[in-house]
Amino acid sequence: MTTPPDVLVSPASSGDADSSESTSGESLWRGAFKRLRRSPMAIIGAAIMVVFVAVALLAPVLAPYEPASTQWTNLSTPVFVQGSNSEHLLGIDRWGSDMLTQLLFGARQSLIIGVVSTLIGLIAGAGLGTLAGGFGGWVDSLVMRFVDILLSIPSLLLAISIAAAMGKSSFALMVAIGAAQVPIFARLLRSSMLGQNRSDYVVAAESLGLRRRTIILGHVLPNSLGPTIVQATLNLATAIIEVAALSFLGLGNDDPAVAEWGRMIVSGQDRFLVAPWLAFYPGVCIAITALGFTLLGESMREALDPKQRR
Amino acid sequence: MSGDYLSGRPDEGNTTVVGDTDHDGALLEVNDLSVHFTRHGNKPVHAVDEVTFSVGAGENVALVGESGSGKSVTSLAIMGLLPKRGVEVAGSVAFAGRELIGLDESQMRNLRGAEMAMIFQDPMSSLNPVVPVGKQITEVLRRHRRISKPDSVTESVDLLQRVGIPDPARRVTEYPHQLSGGMRQRVLIAIALACQPRLLIADEPTTALDVTIQAQILELLRELVSGTGTALIMITHDLGVVASLCDRVHVMYSGRIVESNLRHQLFARPRHPYTGGLMESIPRLDQARGLPLTPIPGSPTDTLAWSQGCAFAPRCPNAAGDCKTQTPRLEMSDDRALRCFHPLDTEAARIGAARG
Repeated sequence: MTTPPDVLVSPASSGDADSSESTSGESLWRGAFKRLRRSPMAIIGAAIMVVFVAVALLAPVLAPYEPASTQWTNLSTPVFVQGSNSEHLLGIDRWGSDMLTQLLFGARQSLIIGVVSTLIGLIAGAGLGTLAGGFGGWVDSLVMRFVDILLSIPSLLLAISIAAAMGKSSFALMVAIGAAQVPIFARLLRSSMLGQNRSDYVVAAESLGLRRRTIILGHVLPNSLGPTIVQATLNLATAIIEVAALSFLGLGNDDPAVAEWGRMIVSGQDRFLVAPWLAFYPGVCIAITALGFTLLGESMREALDPKQRR
Repeated sequence: MSGDYLSGRPDEGNTTVVGDTDHDGALLEVNDLSVHFTRHGNKPVHAVDEVTFSVGAGENVALVGESGSGKSVTSLAIMGLLPKRGVEVAGSVAFAGRELIGLDESQMRNLRGAEMAMIFQDPMSSLNPVVPVGKQITEVLRRHRRISKPDSVTESVDLLQRVGIPDPARRVTEYPHQLSGGMRQRVLIAIALACQPRLLIADEPTTALDVTIQAQILELLRELVSGTGTALIMITHDLGVVASLCDRVHVMYSGRIVESNLRHQLFARPRHPYTGGLMESIPRLDQARGLPLTPIPGSPTDTLAWSQGCAFAPRCPNAAGDCKTQTPRLEMSDDRALRCFHPLDTEAARIGAARG
């Protein structure tokens, strides 16, 4: 009865693993971020992404002219299109506006539609994936059959049908592209959650009587999100390309005052022989942006890959 | 006194009193438990058969056997943690007078963590790598005892302190990979004992740790369990662990109990040839140097189906004709139980008896 409880147990030897980091918790994500910073591919990707986002946000400041001003219509005719000169760095676009201005404003559309549509796909897909992977049984079968149906329709066809049914608007485009991504996220998250289901820490959590919901949302889900986040980054690239593709096909917002890269390529078509850059510049913008997201996504996948860790 | 320091808390908001608290029998009674794994197209695997034992309140019991002898499956069956599909559990597991086999899942969840808890073999993979350890403790506290979030944080710091983790207020914010193996196992112990369960199952808690840490963890377990009335089932293949910690020992082979006895008697006079073989194969300090160890010949895969005879017969030095044609029954007498036709009768290994 003399020993105070607290000193009864000798303190654990503070050995190996704890000596390296001294401040408060370092999570899986922070470790991944450290590895990310050392990868040149990630840095290039991130740089492209930062430039892209900055351009989209600062378009009104950066652009030399008003968007869609069409005041140089006389400089764009079937036989002559003004190329780059000192006044117009990248020349005049099909409708007689400044090309550079239109491209800068086009970044906004791509960013908004790309991000929102990926978010739609991510949220819906992750929701379905969590249901299927977390609860299993008939919930799993039901959800996955629905996903199979979505998957059996070619994604571009699905997007076209949705965009056609909802009318020509940017929102329709977002829903269309998002819907096409749902199966990707749902299947990915489901499979990574199923992989965790009998892992030791899940059995340990079960042995503590935690509720199924707590285990799924608090333990299994955070451990399964890595691949999904990576996929989302990669899908941003696809989404940006798809925005362009659908616009090219004449779906999406057809207000000519709103610059959009895909539609700029289409409008450049009929003057392609005299002014190939009408299609070339927006095409290059799409390619570089998509490349940036892909580089970043790929290096994130590597950084989060457990096999890559020391 | 070491006993009551875990229970000496002012909480008692413990709302999950389950089962008949003043029933007379043992805390846990396992009767004729069997677990069969069935798979389409394959013969069912009898992982555990005819397992019968009981654990009294505050008693320390060991389940001993080599890999594949069914000790872990037995413990998972008691906890109701076996997967539902492809597994048939039969027999009876009574906890404080209440039948657990067939108990519905939500009631089982109320019991687990509060009344019975488990410590697993690998402390690295049993902690969630992306959740700070503090949260993994408060989660259990808040699930089973209605306490506020700040209270649960204070309590978890307290618990970490009690299991001997230095600087617990900082450690609660850390992630499992920042702790050493021994500390992780201490955290797991803190989590398992957070709600003062009446039964703790430790499934090879020291196997993944190095030897010096093993001793510390065993010491910690002994201190935390003794006197609190928490019963302990220690699952191990390490007779040294048994010798230092357990009152009663059940030796399992190929899914069945082959010998049960009180610790001292078992070490002083092993009757089953398998138990004897286990003791022969322990290195001893009092032997001349350079002598080779005596292993049990063969491997655990050289078994006979229990339905045909004695599973140990192919490896047994005492095996005779009847061992391969008839199934030995578990013969009970007083404190002992033995499943053997031709038991050892030598006063052989005295390991552990002397250590007391």
